Amino acid sequence: MAEITSPSPYRRWRKPPLIKNPWLRWGVVIGALVYLALAISSVSVDSARIARGLERGGRMIAAFLQPDFVSRWDDIQIGVLESLTMTVVSTIAGVLLSVPIGLGAARNIVPTPIYLICRGIITLSRTFQEVVIAIVFVVMFGFGPLAGVCTLAFATIGFLAKLLAEDIEEIDPAPLEAIRATGAGWLKTITYAVMPQVSARLVGLSVYRFDINLRESAIVGIVGAGGIGSTLQTTFNRYDYDVAGAILIIIITLVMMTELVSAQIRKRLQ
Amino acid sequence: MLRIEQLVKRYPTGDTALRGVSLSVAEGQVVALIGPSGAGKSTLIRCVNRLVEPTSGKIWLRDTEITALHPRQLRRIRRRIGMIFQEYALVERLSVMENVLSGRLGYVNFWQSWFRRFPQTDIDQAFTLLDRVGLSDFIDKRADELSGGQRQRVGIARALIQSPDLLLVDEPTASLDPKTSRQIMRLITELARERGLAVIINIHDVPLAQMFVQRIVGLRAGEIVYDGPPDGLTPDRLSEIYGAEDWGASQATTAEQEPSLTAQE
Amino acid sequence: MPVRIANNGKIWQRYDTTTRLRLWGGWLGGTVITLICWQLIANRTRWEFAADAPRQLAIFLQRVFPPDWSYINQLWQPLWDTLTIATLGTLLAVIIALPLSFLAARNTTPHPVIRYLTLLIIVVSRSVNSLIWALIIVAITGPGVLAGIIAIALRSIGFIGKLAFESVEETSREPVEAITATGASRLQVLSYSILPQVMPSFAGISIFRWDINIREATVIGLVGAGGIGLNLNATVNLLRWDQAGMIFVVIFGLVLISEAISARVRQAII
Repeated sequence: MAEITSPSPYRRWRKPPLIKNPWLRWGVVIGALVYLALAISSVSVDSARIARGLERGGRMIAAFLQPDFVSRWDDIQIGVLESLTMTVVSTIAGVLLSVPIGLGAARNIVPTPIYLICRGIITLSRTFQEVVIAIVFVVMFGFGPLAGVCTLAFATIGFLAKLLAEDIEEIDPAPLEAIRATGAGWLKTITYAVMPQVSARLVGLSVYRFDINLRESAIVGIVGAGGIGSTLQTTFNRYDYDVAGAILIIIITLVMMTELVSAQIRKRLQ
Repeated sequence: MLRIEQLVKRYPTGDTALRGVSLSVAEGQVVALIGPSGAGKSTLIRCVNRLVEPTSGKIWLRDTEITALHPRQLRRIRRRIGMIFQEYALVERLSVMENVLSGRLGYVNFWQSWFRRFPQTDIDQAFTLLDRVGLSDFIDKRADELSGGQRQRVGIARALIQSPDLLLVDEPTASLDPKTSRQIMRLITELARERGLAVIINIHDVPLAQMFVQRIVGLRAGEIVYDGPPDGLTPDRLSEIYGAEDWGASQATTAEQEPSLTAQE
Repeated sequence: MPVRIANNGKIWQRYDTTTRLRLWGGWLGGTVITLICWQLIANRTRWEFAADAPRQLAIFLQRVFPPDWSYINQLWQPLWDTLTIATLGTLLAVIIALPLSFLAARNTTPHPVIRYLTLLIIVVSRSVNSLIWALIIVAITGPGVLAGIIAIALRSIGFIGKLAFESVEETSREPVEAITATGASRLQVLSYSILPQVMPSFAGISIFRWDINIREATVIGLVGAGGIGLNLNATVNLLRWDQAGMIFVVIFGLVLISEAISARVRQAII
């Protein structure tokens, strides 16, 4: 077939590099490699300990495959029930708190001082992992699920109020002005011009946060804030891996089920 | 050189796209395939390189029976069949050069292609083709920065760098404005003539096909209902292919040398 | 929004009767469930402690402020470890999750059975919290940074894998067809038509998870998996709240910096 006989001079082609400046390019590459080398070398690996651990890992897997739901069923039942109730209450409370704080954190509808306070609360909640927050609430309320509920509700604010505020900042300003022009007060403006534009997404995000809260409710117990977490930690400390396996299976099943349900709900909302 | 015998394609949904199509294309011949949407044009050319698996029937390219090939042999024969697409089907985030060189993938091994180390002969060919289709200034531009006509030129270069024996062209102008459409059709037919390629062009724009192509095949509901020269397409024939319509208007314009660009469809 | 004809004119109501009944039922049911859940939590709360919360908070704040600034000198190593855990853990997860995503995506999977196995791995990884993974891994490898890296990686595989395979499923089909038609092999089709389409979202997802992992890495030390959480655990157990306060300050700074970095990098990619 027609082979191309190239009359054009010998022309080279190389894929142009992602970063044009060679100094910067090699700087980034070498910097990354040096960091990786330092990071890896700072990880101490005790191979004898791991060898012993692998044997334990084998026992653990065997135990997970024959989970023991029975022998500590009472503890498991209480823990799981606590986790579930904590999830429900904290999500509801979190949503109720997120709406005013989210409104307050939207630059286009509130004065600056309120904006700064609400943003501050959100940043505080987003920065600290749930367990760190739980430590503080346990100090305040003592051990038990109430601290867990407060933790998860507070963490919900950081997630929900932030996204709500971002949504509100992006709403169409025309209805806002139209309702204001009718002489409506601030509250009426919010209910008629702002909430209709963001409410569907708010419900979707709340359902999504329910999933997250369920997952987190399984761990805040590690610092004493209620739920299945403390039972789980105890089983590990006592090497009761068959009970631990049972708890893990329950957690995974619950998370999967709520995720399926919430995916359905969110799909219907769209 | 291409022989299709009694080709049938039935989709799992139960729709029959092709009902025993037989067709031969000679060396260097350019054929336009016309017909209404859903007539099976697209399915027919995709059966030739088995992007769509035919239900029954045989396809021969020279003395190779395409329909009997194993996956590895099929990849080998696909290198000899270039394809040009309606929506250009470029990889948007790759550069023009990378898109053109992707036509050589069947000839290089995986690591060569991964590190973009194509043989210098391929790169020479790519430069020559890009000069030929008028894109030498866009070599390291990303494909999504180009206009529709420019993208289709990249698509043409990608198909031709395969050094194909046969070119399959699927609605090359459907996403282009009338002027660019004619430029692209002219480019494809000229390149085919230069290289002595056999070409099958799916096209719904009858006047455009009549302008550039010597043989037209009409497809209706998966069957060939016309096979002949462009001027044999009388209003009666067109009605047979597309259903009843007043064809006079468009016939009148195509009779002229430069038909009005608005009188298409 | 139906309009009803009553004896003296039209009456407008927002919803028709059945929808209204359903809405009422939903609200009623939701309220009842929340109240029951709240009752369970209230029963398990020692209210005399909870009533004391404001005073406890005041005491807590007094002890935290001012933080023990000199304690920072002992925190550089834990900080480095926290960063290492987050970065290497994310890297490990990326290396495993991205190939998995091609096995899990409907359009690139070699076989439906492999697809379901991969989806199972992703679901299990996602459902179990980093802290729980850390509990499991610490039991095998012993406490330390290595356990943290593995725990973070195990949780992140599911997160990255899920988002990544969804973006693989959203790629457009035309380039795949075109590259296949050139006679390219399966791997070449993947690397030339699908990979360029998903590369930006892969990078975005990985950076996003790195940002989350910094936060997670601050707490997995609570169960012995290395990082600044080890110090947090020790100071809380010793009731050295001034030192704990310093740790809070350090975590706050670390998270703010990592968030700024990830925002910059994501902006550069998109």
